[in-house]
Amino acid sequence: MKAVWKILVVDDEEVMCESLAAWLREDGYDVDTSSSGRQAVERARASDYAIYFIDLKMPGGMDGIETMMEIRKLHPDAPVIIITAYATVDTAITAMKEGAQEYIVKPCNPEEISLVVARIIKVKNLQLENTILRKRLTGQYDFHDIITKNPRMLSILQLVQDVAGLRSTVLVRGESGTGKELIARAVHYSGDRADKPFISVSCAALAETLLESELFGYEKGAFTGASTRTRGKFELADGGTIFLDEIGDISPKLQADLLRVLQERRFYRLGGSEEVKVDVRVIAATNKDLAEEVSQGRFRDDLYYRLNVIEIRIPPIRERREDVPLLARHLVQRLSPELNKDIQDISEGAMKVLLEYEWPGNVRELENAIERAIVTCRGQVLTEDDFGFLTRSMQERKAWSVPANMTLQDLERQAVSAALQRTGGNVKEAASSLGIDRSTMYEKIKKYEIQR
Amino acid sequence: MSGLCLASLGEVEEPVLRTIAECVEERIGLPVVRRIQLPVPLEGYDRARGQMSSVTMLKLLLEQAPSGISRILGVTESDLFIPMLTFVFGQAQLKGRAAVVSTARLRQEYYGMQPDGIALLGRARKEAMHELGHTFGLIHCPDTRCAMSLSINLPQVDSKLEWYCEGCWPVLQERLEEVR
Ligand SMILES: [Zn+2]
Ligand SMILES: [Zn+2]
Repeated sequence: MKAVWKILVVDDEEVMCESLAAWLREDGYDVDTSSSGRQAVERARASDYAIYFIDLKMPGGMDGIETMMEIRKLHPDAPVIIITAYATVDTAITAMKEGAQEYIVKPCNPEEISLVVARIIKVKNLQLENTILRKRLTGQYDFHDIITKNPRMLSILQLVQDVAGLRSTVLVRGESGTGKELIARAVHYSGDRADKPFISVSCAALAETLLESELFGYEKGAFTGASTRTRGKFELADGGTIFLDEIGDISPKLQADLLRVLQERRFYRLGGSEEVKVDVRVIAATNKDLAEEVSQGRFRDDLYYRLNVIEIRIPPIRERREDVPLLARHLVQRLSPELNKDIQDISEGAMKVLLEYEWPGNVRELENAIERAIVTCRGQVLTEDDFGFLTRSMQERKAWSVPANMTLQDLERQAVSAALQRTGGNVKEAASSLGIDRSTMYEKIKKYEIQR
Repeated sequence: MSGLCLASLGEVEEPVLRTIAECVEERIGLPVVRRIQLPVPLEGYDRARGQMSSVTMLKLLLEQAPSGISRILGVTESDLFIPMLTFVFGQAQLKGRAAVVSTARLRQEYYGMQPDGIALLGRARKEAMHELGHTFGLIHCPDTRCAMSLSINLPQVDSKLEWYCEGCWPVLQERLEEVR
């Protein structure tokens, strides 16, 4: 995944702050500015930044070095870049001794600043990947499949980072196949519960009683076949996160039970009389419009408000088409070796097909399509033909949609030649199927030089 | 009236303006509905550096933008800077209305080479597309051939295309719908 890194620029000169911030924002960073050391420390208290640009000379009590030291108290590893003028290079060197990562003499070459930022961000990304990799070894965790440059998705990833450290309940909404569990895992593995369990339960897959015992566990003899005391998913998730997928499908009784767990953080095992206390973060997901379910009386409103403390709505692929090439190439890279194939790329034509397709099944469908294409592909590049199954289904689905860039003349030419093909070259029949007379038909055939 | 206003800031060669206008109309489909000439804002001139502040340029463009236009693109021969950096090829308001492009460092004679008028026009188009892309919210693109990739020297400008990659273009198109 590509994280959106936050940068703080601290300088008493507004134009300096704002112009550097603007320049960094164009690079995709989320930039805040502060006009004094004090304000900067406050900001650092509220959130951690990937890079701190701090001007060495600032009036009003706190200079750059002091500001840096205060921030370091909050975030010991905070990468600080001290900005200095030529006259004060010596002090900047002192700053380096105090732990500044870099110093930059202003004005500096864009190349230099790009390099410095890239170097720090690279380390940050590696650190993030390492944490993730470690998580992947312990849990099966795949942050890497969240690949996006869609602004809405990027802000979701930012939100994931922001809420990861909280205990609040999160409701993830999105059509099926959009990767709701991936987002839930991202929340879990980005927070301080990362080394605790992440337990996933699909509420739609099980019958009510089974689900109940699955969630809360049972005592020996609670029902026929309950031969030993068994811990439920809530207990297994203790200290960590429970992910309740398809929450919109649970029965009224379970809704009530769940509400109680959310309120009191404790419950009874089935057939048990001893209360079980748990510290579990709940992340629920649904492809239904829960608010609508509530207004229809099918879902408890009190439970809904409990679950919906933080809502994350994942857009379907058709609302983030710019991600299709990224995702597709990523999936090829990941799936090709898994399937023992050496596929290097996707042809332009094939990519066009992928971009035009509606993806009702979202990322999951895209993954399946890529997998299917890889399996049947004979070369090293996936071509349009390898995605024939998609084009066929597209033609069936929207036989009537007109491709972009098509002129009325193109359309007419195709209609005329298709009619002729259908009728085996019979002009009279073709003309009547198009609702025109024979002479007009001949005119068109001539005009478009159509072979009969 | 919605569309682009192309503003020259100080003297700008007509072929440069024309090629940018054509490029914007043909490639992005954004009509150039106005052409205006503005003087270089002297308050933005930094005598010590011998350069113009791009921030001042953007401010002037916003003040002078005719009402009803959706974007204003300034073109100048002046060398632009922001306080932190030795120079910028251009600057834009991310998701905003104004952008400015400087040809000063797109001329290879700046670096002691023989002038090349054709190359200059190509570079001006690329940087114009780049800065306009920012006004539509596009950020720098890792694809070095995409117009939205960050170029901080001439070879980088030359190695990219005057066109957006398959990832950036749909985003731009979507935003264009909103201003059309
Ligand atoms: Zn840029
Ligand atoms: Zn791009």
